[in-house]
Amino acid sequence: MHTVSRRKRISGIGALGVAAALAFGGFFPEGAHAQPPIRIGLSIAQTGPLSSGGKSGLVALEIWRDDVNARGGLLGRQVELVVYDDQGNPSMTPGIYTKLVDVDKVDLLVAPYGTNPSAPIIPLVKQRDLLLIGNFALDVNSQIRHDKYFNNQPWASAKDGAAPYLALCRKLGAKTIAILAADAEFAQNIAGGIRAGLKDYDLTPVYDQNYPPNTVEFSSMIRAIRAKKPDAVFVASYPSDSTAIIRSVNEIGIGDNVMLFGGGMVGLQYASIMESLGSMLNGVVNYHTWAPEKTMDFPGIRDFLSRYQPRAKQANADSLGFYLPPYNYAVGQILAQAVTATGSLDHKVLAKYLREHEIKTIVGSIRYGPTGEWANPRMIYVQFRGIADKNLDQFRGAGKQVIVAPDAFKTGEVIPFSQSRN
Amino acid sequence: MSFELLGEAIIAGVLLGCFYAAVSVGLSVAFGLLDVPQIAHPAFLVLGAYGAYYLGGFGVDPLLAGILLTPVFFVAGLAVYRFYHATFEGRGSDAGLRGLAFFFGVAFIVEVALILIFGVDQRSVEAAYIGKSISLGDVRLPMRMLVAVGVALVLTAGLMFYLSGTFTGRAIKAVAQDQTALALMGADPVRIKQWAFGIATGTCALAGALLIIVTPVEPGLGRLYIGRTFCVAVLAGLGSMPGTLAAGVILGIAESIVLTSLGASWAPAVAFGLLLLVLAIRPAGLFGR
Repeated sequence: MHTVSRRKRISGIGALGVAAALAFGGFFPEGAHAQPPIRIGLSIAQTGPLSSGGKSGLVALEIWRDDVNARGGLLGRQVELVVYDDQGNPSMTPGIYTKLVDVDKVDLLVAPYGTNPSAPIIPLVKQRDLLLIGNFALDVNSQIRHDKYFNNQPWASAKDGAAPYLALCRKLGAKTIAILAADAEFAQNIAGGIRAGLKDYDLTPVYDQNYPPNTVEFSSMIRAIRAKKPDAVFVASYPSDSTAIIRSVNEIGIGDNVMLFGGGMVGLQYASIMESLGSMLNGVVNYHTWAPEKTMDFPGIRDFLSRYQPRAKQANADSLGFYLPPYNYAVGQILAQAVTATGSLDHKVLAKYLREHEIKTIVGSIRYGPTGEWANPRMIYVQFRGIADKNLDQFRGAGKQVIVAPDAFKTGEVIPFSQSRN
Repeated sequence: MSFELLGEAIIAGVLLGCFYAAVSVGLSVAFGLLDVPQIAHPAFLVLGAYGAYYLGGFGVDPLLAGILLTPVFFVAGLAVYRFYHATFEGRGSDAGLRGLAFFFGVAFIVEVALILIFGVDQRSVEAAYIGKSISLGDVRLPMRMLVAVGVALVLTAGLMFYLSGTFTGRAIKAVAQDQTALALMGADPVRIKQWAFGIATGTCALAGALLIIVTPVEPGLGRLYIGRTFCVAVLAGLGSMPGTLAAGVILGIAESIVLTSLGASWAPAVAFGLLLLVLAIRPAGLFGR
């Protein structure tokens, strides 16, 4: 009897102890599971025209979240992503971000992927004075100048993006240029950068057209460009258009006098498109954010890609992941460094830290300029060389996407378009 | 614009127009003859394209894949119409508007299903006639667009013959004119419409295969084709098969000339301006009665 009553007493005390520990949040080591998670809200296209980039970007963010949580979270709290599909549609993002802030009450915000869906939410975050980490949005804060906006994209303005291409035109001795651009925010911004630099680089535009986003067939435009005999052709297009344009050029030709072709073609960075176009890509010079060349070996990026690629396969996302995923992982790293260093989730404190400190990421060290863009932008241009058909693995190695500009990252000299296709 | 460039633009326009006609001919049956607001037609085209892509993985030529899938799509069309009739069309006077919502829903389901199965990346097929061209003097013609001409001619001629030369075909034309009179003749208008809707959906298999031959596809591509396919069907005169071919070619030539000369931004305005102009002069469309 005595033993039983003692046991009862001990277990009663134990139960009280457990209850007290749970109530005061001191039971779990470092309180990681007792405190609510840090919630990071964003919208990212999982359907619609930007979904190819959006899906791969989300896989990368999820890898970052899992990495952080495996290390015990941020400030001892687990990290949770609150994600909506904005379909790449700019009319949806103001509503989604209002919900993220007012209903979901997230702690931190990451902007939607892409210029078009990001532009409408800048006034909202400015009005609410919120920190926003941008995600590949071009020039969306140049007018509003919100002081808590920090974009993660390796070029700071349309002019930065265009400058290496214009320099390549000069290097090859081009005097005339044709410009073909989709009638949408990103394409117009980057084509605007080219137009703004024409005078400085002694280039005369002989063809300058915008096309509407629902254009199906580009043969007529390619014929019209060929008739103008330009030395260089700058194209700013979206994935399905990029494929159709490259096919048309391959089928009907663009003219032997063209020395430089490509520029701002979204999609030529995606595995499925590169694989399907194969040898048609040879000679094309196009912007990129990362290529498997020796000048781009930032600490941690190869390890990230080796972990990303199997997960992307499961998620039906871009299987190479060179273009957007490393930058989306870096979005998480930017937030993590600021939160860890300041020990705070206060947007004002975090913004001050990001303005004043260098951030270490897998896409290199980042410092921010006055409008929240990279202080040292680096849009790279790659030239496709020696590409064979039906071979995705060839793109994993060096030498197939040779970096031809800017000089700091160059791994080869640009070869004239017609020459490189022979 | 030089005469040489104009000539090239017209030839390119004919090729493009045939492609437009091929992807619109099923809608001319469903919307033109049957009054069914088949806004999911482009989604079925994309489904057909993915079907060709899937069979392409087994080494099947995309055109052959389109032909093989046609009976499958025909049966699917029968089922979709039966469901639509039972739940919407047969239930009242506002069926049109509710039907529109129904087919929007169908299109959305098709798109999401394709995303879940194939992902969001672009898909394309390979065949000997893709990515190559043939020269006609100085003009180089993409072979994939010549395939579009062939498919458009086969679909248009086949449907013309079927609708005029067979008993069921004439019944389909009759149901478009007067359902009550058809019922008095002893035919079941609902079964006739179901059969015709099956045919309209069946054409999506071959036209979808053509779509992926002409351009790579992604699950949301159908949205781009809603305006254009309806434009061709209405411009043709609802239900006219030769009209669909003619309307497609007119639209293609107009677009091609505008793209080559005035500039790409004007192309949609010209296409839909042409539609408004034709409807102002001939409200029944080019070949409508």
